[in-house]
Formats: sequence, structure tokens, C-alpha cells
Amino acid sequence: MKILVPVKRVVDYNVKVRVKADGTGVETSGVKMSMNPFDEISIEEAVRLKEKGVATEVIAVSMGVAACAETIRTALAMGADRGILVESAVELQPLAVAKLMKALVDKEQPQLVILGKQAIDDDMNATGQMLAALLGWPQGTFASKIEISGDGISVTREIDGGLETLALTLPAIVTSDLRLNEPRYASLPNIMKARKKPIETMKPEDLGVDPTPRLTLVSVAEPPKRQAGKKVGSVAELVSKLRTEAKVI
Amino acid sequence: MQTYKAPLRDMQFVIHELHDSAKLTTMKGFEEVTPDLIDSILEEAAKFAESVLLPINASGDEQGCTYENGVVRTPAGFKPAYDAFRESGWTAIAADPAFGGQGLPEVVSKQVEEMLCSTNLSFSLYPGLTHGAYQAILDHASEELKQLYLPKMVDGTWSGTMCLTESHCGTDLGLLRTKAVPQPDATYKITGSKIFITAGEHDLTQNIIHLVLARLPDAPPGVKGISLFLVPKFIPDASGEPGMRNGVLCTAIEHKMGIKASSTCQMSFDDATGWLVGEPHKGLRAMFTMMNSERLSIGVQGLGIAEAAYQSAVFYAKDRIQGRSPSGTKSPGQAADPILVHPDVRRMLMTIRAYAEGCRALGGWVAQQLDQVVHADDPAVREAAEDFTALMTPIVKALFTDIGFDMASLGMQVYGGHGYVRDHGMEQYVRDARIAMIYEGTNGIQAMDLVARKLGAQDGRLLTRFFEPVAAFLAANRDDPNRDDSSLGGPSLGGMARALGHAFDTLKTTTAHITAAGQRDPEEPGAAAADYLRLFGLVALGFMWVRSAQVAQRKLPTANGDARFYQAKLHTAQFFMDRLLPQTAALAATIQSGKGSMMEMAEEMF
Ligand SMILES: Cc1cc2nc3c(=O)[nH]c(=O)nc-3n(C[C@H](O)[C@H](O)[C@H](O)COP(=O)(O)OP(=O)(O)OC[C@H]3O[C@@H](n4cnc5c(N)ncnc54)[C@H](O)[C@@H]3O)c2cc1C
Ligand SMILES: Cc1cc2nc3c(=O)[nH]c(=O)nc-3n(C[C@H](O)[C@H](O)[C@H](O)COP(=O)(O)OP(=O)(O)OC[C@H]3O[C@@H](n4cnc5c(N)ncnc54)[C@H](O)[C@@H]3O)c2cc1C
Repeated sequence: MKILVPVKRVVDYNVKVRVKADGTGVETSGVKMSMNPFDEISIEEAVRLKEKGVATEVIAVSMGVAACAETIRTALAMGADRGILVESAVELQPLAVAKLMKALVDKEQPQLVILGKQAIDDDMNATGQMLAALLGWPQGTFASKIEISGDGISVTREIDGGLETLALTLPAIVTSDLRLNEPRYASLPNIMKARKKPIETMKPEDLGVDPTPRLTLVSVAEPPKRQAGKKVGSVAELVSKLRTEAKVI
Repeated sequence: MQTYKAPLRDMQFVIHELHDSAKLTTMKGFEEVTPDLIDSILEEAAKFAESVLLPINASGDEQGCTYENGVVRTPAGFKPAYDAFRESGWTAIAADPAFGGQGLPEVVSKQVEEMLCSTNLSFSLYPGLTHGAYQAILDHASEELKQLYLPKMVDGTWSGTMCLTESHCGTDLGLLRTKAVPQPDATYKITGSKIFITAGEHDLTQNIIHLVLARLPDAPPGVKGISLFLVPKFIPDASGEPGMRNGVLCTAIEHKMGIKASSTCQMSFDDATGWLVGEPHKGLRAMFTMMNSERLSIGVQGLGIAEAAYQSAVFYAKDRIQGRSPSGTKSPGQAADPILVHPDVRRMLMTIRAYAEGCRALGGWVAQQLDQVVHADDPAVREAAEDFTALMTPIVKALFTDIGFDMASLGMQVYGGHGYVRDHGMEQYVRDARIAMIYEGTNGIQAMDLVARKLGAQDGRLLTRFFEPVAAFLAANRDDPNRDDSSLGGPSLGGMARALGHAFDTLKTTTAHITAAGQRDPEEPGAAAADYLRLFGLVALGFMWVRSAQVAQRKLPTANGDARFYQAKLHTAQFFMDRLLPQTAALAATIQSGKGSMMEMAEEMF
């Protein structure tokens, strides 16, 4: 069984992002970029399935600028077998990514696609669901545990108020949540080996997909600065201020 | 709070932009070491150091190692961390591929070492000592011993030690007494007591391989009669697994100022079985073949601590509010301004930063030349690199470790009283940093090595390996009026080059002075040594800073989002030139005064 895992190159979670002066987005040049942490979890899960003998091959896919190859290398160092880079100069929105993924699924015929539940840059939480719809496959989102048996997969999901377990038939889509696993550290020998694993590069056109953005970004701005608070002298003063100034009670 | 993120951007600057890592792939054995690979390695090492080693740094210091009936326990968390370190393959980074190593260049492995030292100096010593022992075995032991011991030392299942010191002999190894008696089966029986043995006993590995200096029965007295022996804790059985317990026992561990999670052991050898490594009576030389690399590693300990102290100090300086900026309130919404606004706090932070980045650049240069010594094709290049590293070794060891301790203390100062108490971990850096000035040859001995041995070696040829590149750089940059163009942003390169030029002239005249004085009076070089080493070190750091500024200035116009990094480089370069390099003048004056004021006072007056 093949597993396909998309990995997104995002601003590292430790970086304090800065809005570009012209409000067209956040500053990414010269900023440390890393793999989306949810995608690391997906790769880890796929590699564990391979180590258990359930999966035969793990393919890491990244889409975007040429530097996404580095994100694929990280996945290869964690244990993925090969990579696919879909190079695109235009910004790739979730629908375009889902369409490109669908084309790759048609080509590679995996039984399972594990995506991150969201990417920490835009927090869209959409690609996995869109891909499931495009493929007509069942989906188990926000997975905190998965188990494969025969041609089925059981997915434990984190939902409001508790856990829910779904039984899906393969092929299927899973999106990973934080508690699914704890990703490993890539070992030094695997970092070295990752350099020798193949990465195939293609363009959206090669997959017959038009990636033109459908959503227009109007502007990006910092949240308003928090105003200094006021100290009140007594409970009575607090109540009166809440009533007259804040008008919340 | 001990806070640390590996300074990856600056490490990349040093390795790629300042010391041109792209050339590595043209060297034999490094064909695959591309800049991309280097970045991946540094990133993964950073993750490991930050998330596995940093969390057990303060707790390891608090608990320390414990001793009971010959058994030493490392603090909680050390064994799992060591296992993860070993399983991730980090013990093999700089080792020979023939024995399971990754054979990566020193310029890479020394940066990984820096991260280990920043996050957990005590931890770093366990693999550090193993690597030292590995190297001595690799260079001098029989093929049989290599095959038996090296693979397990490279993969970290066995560790190593270096047993030189005895209670009556530290610096002066000629006094050492441990005996080795030849046996009919070509082994030796080793008997004697060693002290201060790092990692002599611990619970991290299945076996511990001691490299012991001892005297054969027919040994001439002094340093010419010392041989090197391999003494395993457990003698490997026929299948190469740890077998019979050997006659070596840890009798106590030291209670010490810092690096408390590193065991420092008294070792007793009682008819322990050992194997000769290298030739009889040539043990000291065998132990010291890799000295240049080892001593750079100790220097890196100082650098690592300076970096850690810097980051924690910056964190606090932004957070702590106290007093108002002399130029007017900066944070009106708060009861006081962050202490980062105060000039004196800036002085402390900039000082640590300028030294740490300067040492990283200089250490990178020396590491690059260590790689040339082994991997360059051209014998002339190898010879030049050998001269250069021999010259710079005492400087990087002593300069970096002196700086490491001083910067740990400055970092603590930024915390005020909160640095002196335990809670924030700043005083740990001060205590941990202190040892590096003492072991692997005290800094006083490093200074003597520089003035008494290295300056005169090969009729001054070693010296030219540093003087010539500096002179060439100055000639190219000092007088070029275009270099004064500061419209690129930041300070003028020409001005910095001239400041370096003055300091360099001072170094040259002082060198000539010491050489002449030494011919008149054998005590003069000793009197000048420590100050001279510092003077030399400052000029070397100054050279790195001007070169760094040049790179930064070239890259700035097209740097986009990286502009702040280069701007900060230029500011820090200017700070070094203005406020640290001028110490060279005071040092020169000190040296010129000669030995009189310290040697003339009669012994009984002390
Ligand atoms: C925590 C720790 C770990 C250690 N780990 C190891 C280890 O793993 N293996 C090992 O073998 N040893 C180890 N050592 C020992 C260490 O290398 C010695 O302490 C060091 O070599 C100095 O020797 P000493 O302590 O006997 O000092 P001494 O040699 O007595 O020196 C005392 C002072 O006199 C000065 N001095 C001595 N001789 C001269 C001279 N000729 N000219 C000018 N000044 C001189 C020294 O610079 C020093 O300031 C360790 C020590 C410590 C504290
Ligand atoms: C062991 C110990 C014993 C003590 N005993 C006593 C005691 O008996 N009684 C008592 O009252 N206190 C005592 N103290 C407190 C001690 O006096 C304070 O720690 C000290 O005054 C520094 O204050 P702070 O720790 O709040 O540091 P901070 O004031 O926060 O200073 C932090 C850093 O900022 C710098 N800084 C702050 N303001 C400025 C400024 N305006 N311009 C330039 N730099 C500035 C400081 O120099 C320092 O480097 C003790 C502290 C310790 C650790």
C-alpha cells in the first residue's frame, strides 16, 4: 500500500511573523521556513505504518517555490521514500492544492493520503476535505489515532466534547491532529541518505491543473494593539464602569 | 530563564558566506557535503539540542552525579537523552566511514558541538571524550584493536576517556607514576591512580574504554618515558561483547563548582589488563596528535556558553522593566522602561554578542583549516594549514574559554540579583564555563605554548600563516576610498580596516619585542604570554569582524528580508572595532613594561 503525504513549507513556528509594510502579506524572505508541524505528524504516521509493514512506500509531496524541495528532504530524512515537487510561481490556494493532489492520486494510486488538518500559516483547514470531495473518498479528519485492518481504517477524531471513532473503507483521506503521534528526530545517517532519494519535479500544467487563485487577498494587517488597562479602586467602581463605559452589563 | 535557539543564521553565515562552504565538495571525501546538506544537519542538530539537551541542563546541575560503591549514576534524564543521541547517529558525525562514521568536515561538526555546549555542557563531555579516545586509537593503535573497539565507540554503545592526570602531576606529565608491566601474552598489567578523569565511570554505556598514560619498567625518566595503553572496563569476549571485568575501579567522584552532571572520577588501576597503543615511550605524542582539534573543541565550549548567556540575557533585557531611558520615557504604558534601553545594558549585550559571533567566525576559520590538513590534495596547502592550526590552537583554546567565562558573568549581570540566585540558570553558566580555562592544558600553559613554541617554530613560518592573509586583506581594503562609502548602510569598511591595521601593527611590534626580550631573558616571554595571547586573539577577532562586515555590506543591497541580519552584523562589527579592539593598545603597553614589576618582589614577601 502506498501512502501519499503532502508537506507544506511554512514560516517556522518559532518565528514572530511581521506584516509586510504594504499589507500584501507577511514577510517571508530571509525568514526561517520549516515543514508545517501537522505535516510532520502525517509523515511520522506514514513512516510508522511502513515500519509496521502495513505500507510499502511513502511519498512526500510539496507544492510551491523551488525551495519546497528542502521541505521534501526533511520528510525523506524522517523516512519517506521519494518526493514529488510541483513547482509553481503563483500562490497555491487550498482548492488548487486539492486539485493537484487529486491528479497525483490518479497517477500514483495510493490507498491512503494523510494530510495535516491545517497549515500553520493560513490555518485554512480545507485541503483534506476538498481532496476527499474531489476523489469521492471517505474522510477522517482531526485524527488522534488510526488503525488499519484489511481494507478498512478506523480513525479516532477529536471533536467538541470528546472523541469519535469512524470506520472508513480504503482508499481514504485522513487529516492529522496534534495528538496523533510525536514526530521523531531525523537521524544523521538518514539525513545523509535523504540526499540520495529521488525527487521528481513537475509543473501544474503537467498535471492538467490551472492553479490560478480563486480567492482575492484584500489586505493583511496587525491586530490592533492592546490598550493599557485601567485600575479600579473598588468592586462598585468596576461594576459602574462595566455598565457605563464598557456597556457589557 | 535558560532559553536557547541555535543561532542557525549566524552559523550559516560563518560556514557558507565567510568561509565558503561550497568549496568543500571539491575536497576528497567531502564530495557530497553540499551547503544544503550542511543546513539540514545543522537544523536537525538544533532541534535535538533545543528539545532534548536543554531541558535537562538545569536539572542535571541541580542533581549532579552520584557515587556509590564504585558505581556512578548520571542525573535523571541523561541516560534516555544519551540513548536518543546515539540512536540518532550524532556520535558518528566526525568519525571515519571505515568504522561506521559519517566523515563530516570539522567546520560542520564543530558547529554541532557548539549547540551541545550551549544547551548542556556536561552532556557534551561524554561523547566529546569518546571522540578524543577514538581519535588516538584510530591514529596509533593496531588494526586489531581498531576493529575491536572503534565501531562501538563510533556508534556510541561504548564510551572513552583520557587518563593523564595524577594527584601529583597535572601540567607536568613528566612526573607521572602509573606503571605498566609487560606480560607474556603481549598485554600489560597497569597499576596506579588517576584523578580528575572525565567520564571515568557512568551509567550511559555498556563499556568504557580508558586510554591511560603509564611508564614501562625500562622507561627513561620524564616525558620521554611515557607510553599509552588501552584499558577497557570490561574486556571484550570472543564475540566482541563486554566480558570479564577488568581491574579498574572508580574510587570516588569530585564535588566541584560546575559541570556537575559530568562525572569527574578518581580511578584506581590494579593490575588492569591493557594493550599498548603506538610505540613504547611515545605515548605523549600519540595522545596529543589530535590536540589541535581537541583544543578547538574546548574553545567551542567557551563560545557555546557565551552564546547561551547572550540569548538568555537578551530575553531578560526585553522583559525586565526598571528605570527610564536617559533620553526620555520609551514605554509610557508601563511603570518603567525595559532595561534594554539603558546604555550600560547595551554595553553588556553588545560585548557578549561581538565576542560570541567573532569567536564563531574565528573558530570556523580554524576548523576549515583543520579539514585542509587532512583532506587537501596539494601538500603545500596541507603544510600551510598545519602551520596555521598549530599557531591558532592555543589562541582559540585560551581566548574562547576566557571569553566564555567572562561573558557568562556579564550575562548574569544583566539579570541583576536574579542572575545570582539559581532560578534563572544564569549562575550555572558562570560555574560551568569556568573549567574550560583549566583542563586540556591551563590557559597559562596555552599562552606559553604560543610564545615559547609557536612563535619561533620553523623560523617564524607559522606566524606568517596568520600575518600574510591579514596584511593582504589590509592592503586591498585599507586605502580604497570607495570602501568609505557608507551609503550602503552601516559603517565604513575603510575605517574598520584602518582600525584593524593599527591593531595589527601593534601586534607586529609587540611580537618583535617579545622575541628580542626572550633572547635576553628567558623569563620575559612567560611574563608577556597571557597578555600577548589576548592581544593576538583580539587582532584575529578584529580580522574576522572586518571580513564579516565586508560580506554583510556586499549582501545588504539585495538582502530583502535578510537585511536586518546584515545590518546587525555591521553594527556589531562597528562595536567590536570601537569598543573592544582598542584593548590591544593597553595590552601592548602592559607587555612592554616587562617582567620587572612581578618578578622583582622577593618570594618571602608573598
Ligand atoms: C573537571 C575536571 C575534568 C578533568 N578531566 C580530565 C580528564 O578527563 N583527563 C585528565 O587526564 N585530566 C583531567 N583533568 C585534569 C586537568 O587537565 C588538570 O587539572 C590540568 O591539566 C591542570 O593540572 P593541575 O590541576 O595539576 O594544575 P597544576 O599543573 O598544578 O597547575 C597549577 C597552576 O600552575 C600553573 N603552571 C603549572 N606549570 C606551569 C608552567 N610550567 N608554567 C607556567 N604555569 C604553570 C598552571 O597554569 C596553573 O595555573 C580534569 C580536571 C578537572 C577539574
Ligand atoms: C544574595 C543577595 C542578597 C541581597 N541582599 C539584599 C538586602 O539585604 N536588602 C535588599 O533590599 N536587597 C538585597 N538584595 C537585592 C539587590 O540589592 C538587588 O538585586 C540589586 O539592587 C539589583 O536589583 P535587581 O536584582 O532588581 O536588578 P535590576 O534592577 O532589574 O537590574 C537588572 C540589570 O539592569 C541594570 N539596570 C537597571 N536599571 C538601570 C538603569 N537605570 N541604568 C542602567 N542600568 C540599569 C542593572 O545594572 C542590572 O544589570 C540582595 C540580592 C542578592 C542576590
